[in-house]
Amino acid sequence: MTLWNAVLLAAIGCLALKGAGYLVPASVLEAPRPARITDLLTVALLAALVAVQTLAAGPHIVVDARVPALLVAAGLLLLRQSFLVVVIAAAVVAALLRLLGWAA
Amino acid sequence: MIVMRSEERTIESGPEGEAAIEVRVARREALGVALATSAYGISFGALAVASGFDVWQTCVLSLLMFTGGSQFAFVGVIGAGGLAAAPAAIASALLLGVRNVAYGMRMSPVIGRGAARRALAAPFTIDESTAVSLAQRSPRARRVGFWITGVGIYLGWNLTTLLGALLGDVLGDPKTYGLDAAAAAAFLALLWPRLRKRQAIAVGIAAAAVATVLTPVLIPGLPVLVAAFVAIVVGWFNWFAPRVAVRAPGEGAA
Repeated sequence: MTLWNAVLLAAIGCLALKGAGYLVPASVLEAPRPARITDLLTVALLAALVAVQTLAAGPHIVVDARVPALLVAAGLLLLRQSFLVVVIAAAVVAALLRLLGWAA
Repeated sequence: MIVMRSEERTIESGPEGEAAIEVRVARREALGVALATSAYGISFGALAVASGFDVWQTCVLSLLMFTGGSQFAFVGVIGAGGLAAAPAAIASALLLGVRNVAYGMRMSPVIGRGAARRALAAPFTIDESTAVSLAQRSPRARRVGFWITGVGIYLGWNLTTLLGALLGDVLGDPKTYGLDAAAAAAFLALLWPRLRKRQAIAVGIAAAAVATVLTPVLIPGLPVLVAAFVAIVVGWFNWFAPRVAVRAPGEGAA
C-alpha cells in the first residue's frame, strides 16, 4: 500500500461514516448499548493515543520531555484554557526542556 | 464535544423578534467556535509533514477526511510506525470517526429531508458543528448553527492546514519545537471534555494502560486498536455504570 492509498482509503472511509449517520434510523441510537459503546470508543481511542504519543518511542516506553509537557497541558485544561493555549504550552515546555538539556 | 441530549426541547415558533435574536446568537457562537477551532489546523499541518506526509497529502486529509481526531490519529500512527502501520492507522481513523455516525443521526432532523441536502451536510458533520447546533433552541437557529460552524471550520481548517504544512516543511526536526508533545496535548484536549462520568474515566485510564503495556509487544498502531476493546467490553456489560441510573427517577440529575 502506498501512502497515497492509505490517505485516500482512510479519508473516504471517514467521509462515508459521516454520511451513514443520515441513513441510519434514529431508533438505533436510542438503544442504550450502541450509544454507550460509541461514546466510550472515542474515549478509549483518545486515551490510548495520549498514552502512546506521550510514552512510546518506536517499540520502547520512554519518559522524556513529553511527560512534563503533558502534565502542564493537563493543568491548563483543569484551568479551562482553550485548545490552542494547551497545545502551544505543551510544545513550548518540551522545546524549552530540550533546549536547556534538562530532558531528552 | 458537548454532551448532547436527545430530549432537548425546541421552540417551534415564537415572536418575530425572539426568533431573530436566536438566529443571531447561533451565528455569533458558530463564528467563535469556527475561529478557535480553525487555528489549531496549523498544528495538524505541521505534525502531518513531520510524520512523513507531503504537503498535498496533508491537505487532502483536511479536505476529505475533515475530522480532527481521526486526522491526528492517522498521522500519529503513521509517524510512529511508518507505512507498515498504515492498516492500523486507517483502522484508528475509522474507529474515531464512528462518533460522526451518531452526530449524523442527531443532525438529520435538523437538516431536513432531501438526499441532496443531507449529502451536502455530511462532510460538515463533526464535533463542533453538532455541538453548536444542538446548543440552540429553535429549529432555524440550529440549522444556522450547524452550517456556519461546519462550513466556517472547513474553510479555516483547510487554510491553516496548508499554512502548517508549509511551515512544518521548513522547520526541520519536529522534536526541537516540541511538536511531539503538542500532539499528545492535542489528544488530551480532545479527550478532556468527555471525562465527566465515572464510566468514561475508568475506560480512559484502562485504555491508556493497555496501550502502554502493549507498546513494546505489538507493532506501532496496534496497541491503540486493542485498547479500543476496553470500550466495547465496558460498554457492552455497562460496567462502572453511572450511579444515577440505579436511583429512582428524579432523585439525581445526570
